[in-house]
Amino acid sequence: MEYVGRNHTRVDALGKVTGEAKYANDLCPRDALWAHVVHASITNGRVLSIDTSEAEKMPGIVKIVTCFDVPDIQFPTAGHPWSVEPAHQDIPDRKLLNERVRLYGDEIAAIVGVDSIACRRAEKRLKITYEEYEPIVTVEAAMAEGATPLHPDLRKDNLLVHSSFLMGKDFDYEKAKAEAIEKYGEENVRELSKVYETQRIAHCHIESATSWAFVDTNGKVTVTASTQIPHIMRRVISQALGWPVGKVRVIKPYIGGGFGNKQDVLYEPLNAYLSIVCGGRPVCLELSREECMTQTRTRHSMRGYTQALYTRDGTLLARTLDNWANGGAYASHGHAITASTATVFKDLYNDRIGCRSDGNTVYTSSATAGAMRAYGVPQAVFFADCLVEDICQREGFDPLKFRMENCVGKGFRDPGNGISYYSYSMKECMRRGANLIGWEEKRKAYQGQRGVIRHGVGMSIFMYKVGVYPISLETSSARMVLNQDGSIQVELSATEIGQGADTVFSQMAAETTGISMDKVFIISTQDTDLAPFDTGAYASRQTFVSGKAVKKCALKLRERILDYASYMLKRPAEELMIHDNNICELIPDASQAVPEDENALYADMLDVDIRKFDIHDLPSGEASILRDTGKIPGRPGKVLLSMKDLAENAFYSLDRSEHITAEVTNHCKENTFASGCCFVDLTVDMAMGKVKIDRIVNVHDSGTLINPSLAEAQVHGGMAMGIGYALSEELLYDQKGRPLNDNLLDFKIPTALDVPDLTVEFIQLDDPMGPYGNKALGEPPVIPVAPAIRNAILHATGVAMDSIPMTPEKLVKAFDEKYHGDFS
Amino acid sequence: MIDIENFYEAKSVEDAITQLSHDEKAELISGGTDVLVKIRSGRGEGMSLVSIHEIPELKGVDMLLDGTVVIGPATVFSSLEKDPVIVKNFPELGEAAGTVGGPQIRNMGTVGGNICNGATSADTGSVMQTLNAVLVLQGPDGTREIPVTSFYTGPGRTVRAREEILTAILVKPEDYIGFSGCYMKYGKRRAMEIATLGCSVRVRLTNDSTGACVLGDVRIGLGVAAPTPIRCRETEAALKGKRADDPEIYRLIRAGVLNEVNPRSSWRASREFRLALISELSARALRQAILRGRGEGEPGAGYFPPVEEGQDPREVPGA
Repeated sequence: MEYVGRNHTRVDALGKVTGEAKYANDLCPRDALWAHVVHASITNGRVLSIDTSEAEKMPGIVKIVTCFDVPDIQFPTAGHPWSVEPAHQDIPDRKLLNERVRLYGDEIAAIVGVDSIACRRAEKRLKITYEEYEPIVTVEAAMAEGATPLHPDLRKDNLLVHSSFLMGKDFDYEKAKAEAIEKYGEENVRELSKVYETQRIAHCHIESATSWAFVDTNGKVTVTASTQIPHIMRRVISQALGWPVGKVRVIKPYIGGGFGNKQDVLYEPLNAYLSIVCGGRPVCLELSREECMTQTRTRHSMRGYTQALYTRDGTLLARTLDNWANGGAYASHGHAITASTATVFKDLYNDRIGCRSDGNTVYTSSATAGAMRAYGVPQAVFFADCLVEDICQREGFDPLKFRMENCVGKGFRDPGNGISYYSYSMKECMRRGANLIGWEEKRKAYQGQRGVIRHGVGMSIFMYKVGVYPISLETSSARMVLNQDGSIQVELSATEIGQGADTVFSQMAAETTGISMDKVFIISTQDTDLAPFDTGAYASRQTFVSGKAVKKCALKLRERILDYASYMLKRPAEELMIHDNNICELIPDASQAVPEDENALYADMLDVDIRKFDIHDLPSGEASILRDTGKIPGRPGKVLLSMKDLAENAFYSLDRSEHITAEVTNHCKENTFASGCCFVDLTVDMAMGKVKIDRIVNVHDSGTLINPSLAEAQVHGGMAMGIGYALSEELLYDQKGRPLNDNLLDFKIPTALDVPDLTVEFIQLDDPMGPYGNKALGEPPVIPVAPAIRNAILHATGVAMDSIPMTPEKLVKAFDEKYHGDFS
Repeated sequence: MIDIENFYEAKSVEDAITQLSHDEKAELISGGTDVLVKIRSGRGEGMSLVSIHEIPELKGVDMLLDGTVVIGPATVFSSLEKDPVIVKNFPELGEAAGTVGGPQIRNMGTVGGNICNGATSADTGSVMQTLNAVLVLQGPDGTREIPVTSFYTGPGRTVRAREEILTAILVKPEDYIGFSGCYMKYGKRRAMEIATLGCSVRVRLTNDSTGACVLGDVRIGLGVAAPTPIRCRETEAALKGKRADDPEIYRLIRAGVLNEVNPRSSWRASREFRLALISELSARALRQAILRGRGEGEPGAGYFPPVEEGQDPREVPGA
């Protein structure tokens, strides 16, 4: 391939390094009004009254609205595709402003003024009275007998959803145990139960959640927002306001990070409403860092009660998980994330008898949990891989060997949703990772250590699906327009959120059209009035799902260009191809069989034969854009016509004027699994509770890489995020649910000095499901890092940490319990 | 936007004192890295500020003929860190300055602000304690000199009156000549931190009558071990005259400091954890100070140093 698989410089590099790239706030008119959200000063209760009379008299105040003024409409906020089946629709459980206070800081009023100081001064003159209930900030408190239901109109108690997935028909743990004892003998069957906990964290994207809104002369409300999901946001704003979708317009410029927080609709509907009630004047709503950390979304904290049954010689027989997720005050993504945790817990290891994986999402009066990079899977893998490690530690198994023998296998198919591995190199990733870290030597070298300084190596593995099909809809559109000079515009609603989407889509367009990268202009801004529909950046879906739309659109454009070339050259289109901005003769290539041989060669090397895959449910027909779709059966010969001459003729020919464009929708009904692993070599200072990562390696199987250096950068970011998740990040609250560390000083994301050199490698196998052999990469890098670090600390110190983050204080306490200060 | 009523850029120390005396609601601002954060958080919204940021005589480090080092209080951390007088005579102060916040903060924040803010966590605070620094305060009624060891009156509180300006920080030659020392900052990460614990240990190694290397003088300054930066004078006295290669000195300092501190429990760290850090960090800082006195120390420690391959932080040097 000519453009796919190369390290092209980011198409937005210059704009971003020079500061020229425009973000939502850069585009806001300087005379825009400022909106200030008033947050409740109680955790659970009800607003009885808000007296705004004194505040309204303050200079610079334009409008104050309270929870008693807003439309009586409840709306959902999740960045999911809408479902036409009411049972699968997201839960509408909040209003623009809420009279019922469900968490500390819930939004109860909004002040619009000339600037933030005027608004803050007015806020101090509001007289607010509340009725207060007992805060129920933990899962235990919310599920206790007699706890106040937070959403009595939707649920009788605070349990949002309970679900149960089984692996193995009618699986039951006790029966499995009986079966195991009968088969292997009681003395050979072993059991382990453990409880693991993960914490609530904030996304910490550098650009705050920010938007500004105005009403245009045609009465259409236009919201410019820092979002991952412009088209979904448009729909949600329309639902929240009770306005038709056509009267809402969302514009998404460059954004400074999202990590899933901006896969939710936040204050943008309120922003639209505030402009409407201010006569359509532009109103800016930019959250402070503190608001961003506590009043948007967070990663679910979870407690997993696990159980495992295995044989004395290291065969995993059965596992169970009972997981309780703190969903916070509002449903946001509902139960989808906890369900994702349950799914991966059961899929990641091959339980010979079976597995039961239960999940519960609970409403509590605390920060709302929503989507965050890898959507519940970091928690799933923490549970699964701590459990596996603890089995190995207890029995003296080698953790690498145990995983090799018990991990999810080639050709695995999830019996519930049907998602399958089409290309599989989990074990190859493990072999490579183990080599890079020096697994065998170090496992041996670190035996029998003494002293205050100790070393350890640990590992973890993961799997991750690509997009959300068939659990939910996967659809994407693309448009391409040929210019007079033979260059093209590419327009999508898949969004660039810093990950490099614009660049890889441009590479794909160049690859399939034959028009070079410098002549492919991608429109980075999404304007829902113009950009064709796509649901946006989440689920590591875009290079796969939106990539299919790009490829399909490029194929259509190619066909139209060749049709026009055929008219100009008076030769059949089948004899022509586009190469390097020229129409060339197509020389049919007899050596087309080569790729298969290459595959065979590669497969031999990797101990995986992808030709013999059982490709069940392989979609067929026009709609499926797969790896091999659109392959040109030949190579370029003589140049016959330049794209520039063709394009100029197509525009201005007196005989046949044709504006060559293509626009397609691709409904994606394919999925596959990506996988990979993390290996860590670290040093622990036991007296100080300090962990120093000496080497960390991620190896990923994400199919063919569209842009290897961008892919590597994506993994770097995920690894750094995983280090913070493992060691330092946690949103803390007091007993009443008031935030303690809602700022970047006290919420400890790793700094550049805390992140060691990162080693990244890829095992690249073409996946037949991907448009260019590619599969998911965006989210996965964060997944295996925390359990790998935890397992390395266990190896170094013999202490199994069962909750993250593993802060120095927690480590010192745990080491003290085991060693009582004597490390000699 | 930050809610400030008035902002006055003073032309001289006298000008600033006059302004502060005229406006009772005015507060002094230098680098602003503490004051502005405080106002933004809602404490003192609407106050007026008198800035001493543009007064050249408050910046820079000088040495007087008698060897007294004069530190301009408006010297920013990044300048202090690289100042040749500091680097040559007591580099641990520069190292402490180098651990403050991040590069932007160090380019704005000043050493005088670090002291006058009154925080127990001030990185330069515990080093100043071990340097016996003297603070020169100028106010409407003239000038007075206060030893830093009696400057603090409580958390965030000092003897400085609102209209007084710290015009110089003095370090006398007897407090640095022949000394070696180190500052160890314990934070949860390696930058952008307020110290969970700050520890400065300085020693003067001498030879006793038998020619053995002994601790001629020892000074231990701790931050976040009490409501203000403190010295551990009893432990210092107990260590004085002890042989530098005697493992006993580490047992002494570990146990000793615990009797002289009073850390509090907060959500940032429990009292128990801070006590554990105080003990361990003091011993390691003493070891590093001795190593440096012997010319073997690690330069550039500051943030609690990473563990290097093969290094045992509890090994007794020279033993």
